[in-house]
Amino acid sequence: MGATTHGNNATAARLAPQVVMSDKTSQASDKDALVRFEISDLNFYYGAKQAVFGLNLKIPKNRVTALIGPSGCGKSTFLRTLNRMNETIRNTRVVGQILLDGQDILQMDVVGLRRRVGMVFQRPNPFPKSIYENVAYGLRINGFQGRLDDLVEHSLRRAALWEEAKDYLHNSAFALSGGQQQRLCIARALAVDPEVLLLDEPCSALDPVTTAKIEELMFHLKDSCTMAIVTHNMQQAARASDFTAFMLDGKLIEHSETSKLFTTPTDPRTEAYITGRFG
Amino acid sequence: MSRMLLIWRKSLNVVMLTLTGVAAFGVVAVLFLILGYLVWNGGKSLNLDFFTQLPKPVGETGGGMANAIVGSLKLLLLAALMGLPVGLMAGVYLAEFGGKTFSYVIRYTTDLLNGVPSIVIGIFAYSLAVLPVRHFSAVAGGVALGIMVIPITVRSTEEFLRAVPGSLREGAMALGASKWRTIATVVLPAAKGGIITGVLLALARVAGETAPLLFTAFSNRFWSPGWGQPIASLPVMIYTYAIAPYDDWHRQAWAAGLVLLALVLVANIGTRVVLSRGGGGRST
Repeated sequence: MGATTHGNNATAARLAPQVVMSDKTSQASDKDALVRFEISDLNFYYGAKQAVFGLNLKIPKNRVTALIGPSGCGKSTFLRTLNRMNETIRNTRVVGQILLDGQDILQMDVVGLRRRVGMVFQRPNPFPKSIYENVAYGLRINGFQGRLDDLVEHSLRRAALWEEAKDYLHNSAFALSGGQQQRLCIARALAVDPEVLLLDEPCSALDPVTTAKIEELMFHLKDSCTMAIVTHNMQQAARASDFTAFMLDGKLIEHSETSKLFTTPTDPRTEAYITGRFG
Repeated sequence: MSRMLLIWRKSLNVVMLTLTGVAAFGVVAVLFLILGYLVWNGGKSLNLDFFTQLPKPVGETGGGMANAIVGSLKLLLLAALMGLPVGLMAGVYLAEFGGKTFSYVIRYTTDLLNGVPSIVIGIFAYSLAVLPVRHFSAVAGGVALGIMVIPITVRSTEEFLRAVPGSLREGAMALGASKWRTIATVVLPAAKGGIITGVLLALARVAGETAPLLFTAFSNRFWSPGWGQPIASLPVMIYTYAIAPYDDWHRQAWAAGLVLLALVLVANIGTRVVLSRGGGGRST
């Protein structure tokens, strides 16, 4: 398992089986059932300023899709349209279509959408409650009636935090280290059993060892979850993702399998970015 | 020449340091002088009777202010019931929902209300709650104090809610919590320590108000059952007793001042202890 999170070759090897099912980039638009998110002609505006321009992208089920690009290219904004978090900001507008399993998310009940599409943020943001209550929060607000204890344990196990936290469940979440807090936030998101997990630079505030833990976690979560991760770290994108989308100035420049994008990019701008000539 | 300049600079430094230091010391000294004088004079006349007895008829010595202590507590309870819900909710609105222009207007109005002399608020409460029923009452006093509680509560609530990081709100909303749910279950608990402190400060501030009570709650030398009759309060008793020509009354006025101060202090410290024990707040 150690090999899975380290190095490009292992990543490429892991990709081999699924290359068959999506042989081209996402622009190859045959409707296969394994697409979780289908985004077409998406435009996003902060007031008069447009941040995302005519974006088309398919996010495949049970895979990790990485979004890379320089700061301010709109990748976080785009990620936040997928669970409609941008609606919490005044004066924003979405034009276009986002389908989640064929359903238009803009027509959905936002509470239901966010239950299906969880999110992990850049900085760990545990609530000022106990570890247990943090994980149980999503279940409580969704009116869950079963045994909370089991689900809290299950979620903490999925986030690989159970062993470290099981004796401190009722202590404040602030007593955890930064990396543990971020895994707690992942456990909190997983507790409501989302189909998709959006990760907005989840490791940018963490050290390399903790980062490796979270990447390993993502690999295991693929069985049950579709993930989209925004990252500034190209090694992370190369290590942890199956597909990579490169954005620049609010536009999607290139999208393909990670192994392909990082070895033989088709667009000169992608090549310039991944080889470190700008950004 | 340059030597002269150096001496000048150094002496100026010493002079300014001394002046600022003396001023700082003066501030603390005034506070301790008041406290010390109050404890000295009040302590002498404080006894069990003061807490358990009604005021004696004019001319007799002894007696206490049990009715005024209970009266002050009743008035504060009324003020809290009337002022706090409005103040807290308006604070939540300003911090969490308000738009730009409307919020600015509310904030500005709140500051104005905070600056209105308490006697003017007393007149307002008088015309609102005394004139229609044609007699003084505890309720009228509660209205006056309640109005004064509002602006302080609004601003402190808003401030402490704003100090809660936005990432907590996002975290809750990303789990599917509605805006109100987020505020009620995450934001308010995170800010509760500060908000409660602000509420206590507001109540402590009005606990010592005299002017607005003079013609709303008035005063009472006996027990005031219920809420519809004139009621005694510590500040008004202090005022009445301090300007009376009897030495015994002066002593009791000092004692009342000390009790008032102690009440505020005990409530403040007590809440802080409970809050720090309870946990759940942001530990840094």
